[in-house]
Amino acid sequence: MFYRENGQFKSSYAADQQLLPILQDRVFMVALVAFAFVVVPLVVSDYVFLSLLIPFLILALAAIGLNLVVGYCGQISIGHAAFMAVGAYAAYNLVLRIPQLNFLIVLVLAGLVAAAVGMLFGIPSLRIKGLYLAVATLGAQFFMDWLFARVKWFTNYAHSGSVQTAPVELFGWSIDSPQEKYVFLLAVLILFTVIARNLVRGHIGRAWMAMRDMDVAAEVIGIRPVYAKLSAFAVSSFFVGVAGALWGFVHLGSWEPAAFNLTLSLNLLFMIIIGGMGSILGSFFGAAFIVVLPIVLNQLPQFLGIPMSTAMISHLEFMIFGALIVFFLIVEPHGLARLWAIGKEKLRLWPFPH
Amino acid sequence: MIQDTAASKRSTQNLEEVDMMHKAKFVGLAAGLAAAVAFGTGSALAQDKKGAPAKKAAAAGGGEQFFPVLSYRTGAYAPNGIPFANGFLDYLKLVNARDGGINGVRITFEECETGYATDRGVECYERLKGKGPTGATLFHPLSTGITFAVTDKSFVDKIPIVTFGYGRADSVDGTVFGWNFPLGGTYWDAADMLVQHVGKISGGVDKLKGKKIALVYHDSPYGKEPIALLEERSRMHGYQLLLLPVTHPGVEQKATWLQIRQQRPDYVFLWGWGVMNSTSIKEAVATGYPRNQMYGVWWSGAEPDVTPAGDGAKGYNALTFLAPAGQGQVHKDIIKYVHDKGDATGKKEGFGEVLYNRGMVGAMMSVEAVRRAQIRHGRKPLTGEQVRWGLENLAIDQAAIKRLGFEGFMTPISTSCVDHRGDSEAGIHTWDGKQWVVQKGVRLVADQAIIRPMIRASAEKYAGEKKIVRRDCAKESQQ
Repeated sequence: MFYRENGQFKSSYAADQQLLPILQDRVFMVALVAFAFVVVPLVVSDYVFLSLLIPFLILALAAIGLNLVVGYCGQISIGHAAFMAVGAYAAYNLVLRIPQLNFLIVLVLAGLVAAAVGMLFGIPSLRIKGLYLAVATLGAQFFMDWLFARVKWFTNYAHSGSVQTAPVELFGWSIDSPQEKYVFLLAVLILFTVIARNLVRGHIGRAWMAMRDMDVAAEVIGIRPVYAKLSAFAVSSFFVGVAGALWGFVHLGSWEPAAFNLTLSLNLLFMIIIGGMGSILGSFFGAAFIVVLPIVLNQLPQFLGIPMSTAMISHLEFMIFGALIVFFLIVEPHGLARLWAIGKEKLRLWPFPH
Repeated sequence: MIQDTAASKRSTQNLEEVDMMHKAKFVGLAAGLAAAVAFGTGSALAQDKKGAPAKKAAAAGGGEQFFPVLSYRTGAYAPNGIPFANGFLDYLKLVNARDGGINGVRITFEECETGYATDRGVECYERLKGKGPTGATLFHPLSTGITFAVTDKSFVDKIPIVTFGYGRADSVDGTVFGWNFPLGGTYWDAADMLVQHVGKISGGVDKLKGKKIALVYHDSPYGKEPIALLEERSRMHGYQLLLLPVTHPGVEQKATWLQIRQQRPDYVFLWGWGVMNSTSIKEAVATGYPRNQMYGVWWSGAEPDVTPAGDGAKGYNALTFLAPAGQGQVHKDIIKYVHDKGDATGKKEGFGEVLYNRGMVGAMMSVEAVRRAQIRHGRKPLTGEQVRWGLENLAIDQAAIKRLGFEGFMTPISTSCVDHRGDSEAGIHTWDGKQWVVQKGVRLVADQAIIRPMIRASAEKYAGEKKIVRRDCAKESQQ
């Protein structure tokens, strides 16, 4: 009833091709962004910012990046935390060695370094695919773990391999309170989301998807695999590298190489599998699921007033979390984004579903 | 009268906190409603939680001092985390049951499971830092990784981070690390003591020339901390240092011990935690490396580290920091006031063992810091900032140790604004197959002539990277 598009006629190509062609979607999106920018900073506590929202925003950005290469281009990678690490250490070294650089430029440069490294590790994808490629990208993970733990130059010869950063400063604005961090990250995330949305519906994204659906057919119709696959790795690593730099500078403030270990790579992959492969929206759902759910589960017994030892709560958290992953994958293998799409379809037909 | 003003002070303080949290003038507008609906776990509940104990405190008269407890009872480090947490909590319960709190201020606490993971530890820190009428008293992160992460936050939150026997070695410098307290010793101290000890065994540190020392370490900030000092000493004495990292959680060490079999180092220093320690000792047995040439840091010398290796662990040595195993007067009190009342933490795991006792000492030093701070700020619930004064002016002498029932479990300690570590002294104990036996006559003190310049340089670097302005301790003491 509320979600109906009759009467919305498109009379120009521009109107037909806009990002959100349906009026209700546009209104909803504007309201959501306004809510996120204005209301959330006023009502949410520091704890929610620091433990839930800030990690969520950064990992959502990383998940979008990973989704570009895995979901859209079909090249499985389980080494994307390594590219986050490249972004983070690149940004650290840039700030350390060229202190007068603006942080936004640092972010872009860190992303470019990560993109270069991503392309390098994407080269095997030209010859191998599927699980074999996954194993090859695992190599990136182990190599970067080793590099940042052993080559002291990257960590500025820190005793324990742990690096520290000063609070981020932009044009004299010091981003150190949770609210400021949140607003800054939200702006970055929205910018990158718009870029990603436009990339995947343009000719580059179509080339990626053709590659994913059948590489031989794509080659026959004139898409160059070298260009399509490596550009997917490059763009994906750029996103992930920026996310890594933000993770280090805005969220952690000081980190050790283990902050970007295999667990994070796998978590990113789980995010897009649960959220929905080949869906930008799914990256958000997946990031929320992986970041927020364990913490909520961990605090649930206390809010319900059930006395329980912390060890018991932790065990339960793992069990319920695992069970929920299995549940969602069985109910909807295409991810939470697909559930959302089904909901929208139902709303269109409501109250007369068929 | 006094209580009334105290209560009103507290409530205004709460309001201020809430105000700061939102950073906005029109908090009232729909904030409460929206927060309750949209973010059930968020600010509305947090405010309730802050409000409720304050009211209760006013009724009880003395108020409540909140101690956050970051512990790990699950995962690869649980065998070591459980006894420590039990000892820590049992002592807090004892203070409540026996003394009725700290000078009448009752202790409240809440545990949060970190699993030794840095991200969860930081989440726990954020979760607990605002609880209780005055917020968290101080934090024991119980992990060097978590310590590194929360050190940054301490400057904003103004809550002390107590890392006794672990943490950042350079945080001894209180003028830069205003909120870190590596009480009783750092890993640089520990590494220095071990080098001195093996030097003494070899007939003087100059005899170490040409010898090989292997460091088998947990590949994390914890394990990497001692490297800087061992390298410094290696330059001085000319021994060869082999660095053998072991990745988390440390159950796979075949490659490490293959290297030890090939290189045959004269001594192996073990910097492990959790299952890594017992795995190392088992691998040493399998490799045929003599256990009596192995020396663990004080975190690699507890019962859960040696018992899984069975008889093979016999002869293994470790540093023993403040509290060795055994039972003293304080244990009798804990049995009488806590365990016999059915209030024991957990299933009494590890009672009287090395880590249980260390947890107890940790709790005791925290409680004494609060007691000390009460002298200056009054007998009421104190904020983290007020407790810092207590930690900076800690003076636990032999008489105090005896009075508290800790005789034989710790050495006297006194701190200052500049020196956040206090005195550091340790011995060596050896596992005889059944229990830890402290070697008689071995008292090790780290050579500060070597360590002090390292601390200064490292703290200077940190202050530079973080853009921190040094505190002026002389000026603060005049106030």
